[in-house]
Amino acid sequence: MNESVIKTIGVAFAVCLICSLIVSLSAVSLREQQKENKLNDRRVKILEVADIKIEPDQTIAEAFTKLEQKFIDFNTGKLMDEYKNFNIDEYDQLISLKDSTLSSPVPKSEDIAIIKNRENVGKIFILRDDDDNIDKLILPIRGYGLWGTLFGYIALEGDFNTVSGITYYEHKETPGLGAEVDNVDWKKSWIGKKIYQDNQVALTVIKGKVANDDPSKLYKVDGLSGATITGRGVSNMINYWFGNSGYAKLFEELDYES
Amino acid sequence: MNLKRYQEVILKPLIDENPITLQILGICSALAVTNNLSVTLVMCIAVISVISFSNLFISLIRNYIPSSIRIIVQMTIIASLVIVVDELLKAYDYETSKRLSVFVGLIITNCIVMGRAEAFAMKEKPLLSFLDGLGNGIGYSIILIGVAFIRELFGAGTLFGIDIMPEWYMSNNLLLLPPSSFIIIGLFIWLIRSFKPTQVEEDDFEVSSHSTAPNLTKQDLNV
Repeated sequence: MNESVIKTIGVAFAVCLICSLIVSLSAVSLREQQKENKLNDRRVKILEVADIKIEPDQTIAEAFTKLEQKFIDFNTGKLMDEYKNFNIDEYDQLISLKDSTLSSPVPKSEDIAIIKNRENVGKIFILRDDDDNIDKLILPIRGYGLWGTLFGYIALEGDFNTVSGITYYEHKETPGLGAEVDNVDWKKSWIGKKIYQDNQVALTVIKGKVANDDPSKLYKVDGLSGATITGRGVSNMINYWFGNSGYAKLFEELDYES
Repeated sequence: MNLKRYQEVILKPLIDENPITLQILGICSALAVTNNLSVTLVMCIAVISVISFSNLFISLIRNYIPSSIRIIVQMTIIASLVIVVDELLKAYDYETSKRLSVFVGLIITNCIVMGRAEAFAMKEKPLLSFLDGLGNGIGYSIILIGVAFIRELFGAGTLFGIDIMPEWYMSNNLLLLPPSSFIIIGLFIWLIRSFKPTQVEEDDFEVSSHSTAPNLTKQDLNV
């Protein structure tokens, strides 16, 4: 009796129905929590790169209010408070990449970081000091490493040239080799490095260690052993995002302002 | 009598019928998730719960599953459980779920889960099946945790992310790469089989002894 067509279809239907109910129930009931985790994870990274400590009695969201969020139009370099009807807290430029009206393809010749598409409008974070001057800028960067795209943030001092921190929140690099971009000591070695030399992006990850007597050591970061291609990816990403199609126009705008 | 059977289904898969070292199943996740102990532990808990509950649910409806679609029914149940586990991890242990990435989803294709469902849960009572899943999950976990212990300790010099090794220890990066778990699992199998020779498989064929060339003279060779 178990083998009749009706029974087969009936069992298949019942199993599918019950399973799909359970799956959708768990997905729906946990969605809010997951969204918050994702947001908090991103925020912790941003706070970390901005070197803002989360006080024990503070929630992540509270600590995050120290930062000012702004939209940036990559075509003009202008900062905006509003963009279409996006909520700045929830705006995710990576989702904009999937929409051809919100992003534009990067021409092959310029696409050194291999990102293929760049959002028209991004989101950056500003930390101001007590006199309301820009103390730090936290800028999202991304680019292709060895196995996939690395997503991260870089923090700059108020001179828009000195690096004060770098971090990656998502990458697929080899554990122990390329994944050492997460290494605390390596990230520290970025602090104090300069991006631009004579208005050209000069900062690169080199192969091996930067010599102490190297005259251009401010523009060089130690390579990660066994991760040459990841290092090259990181250099390309700096080169792209601080070039003209990246944040260079923003810095010009900010300079006029001050 | 009955109690003994329950004991047996839990204890046997630990060493005697360990799914990894005897049946060589579930190797792929054993390679991928064992470079860090805390990640491995979460993976083990995920696998244990998926195997136990898939065994339980499949056993509950075993008499109603038409044999023509039984594999698909098993897969549907296993896949649903894996998705639920994945969602739970994303909600309550986001950090680890990020590091496990696709390997939680890949539990669906873990041969141990499928194997226990097909070989055990389709025939046995629910409680017994549940315990069998528990036993096999723990057997899998023992090996994984052993591998992860060695890999994290000697590969990164840490355990659960806490520095253990002295300053002078140069960590061995090979251990952080997946191939090292092949070597470690191989060593485990060797160790277990030297204590339990019954586990040693018979040779598929016998290697014949090498032959020697006959003593040929120059005349034989026409030179």
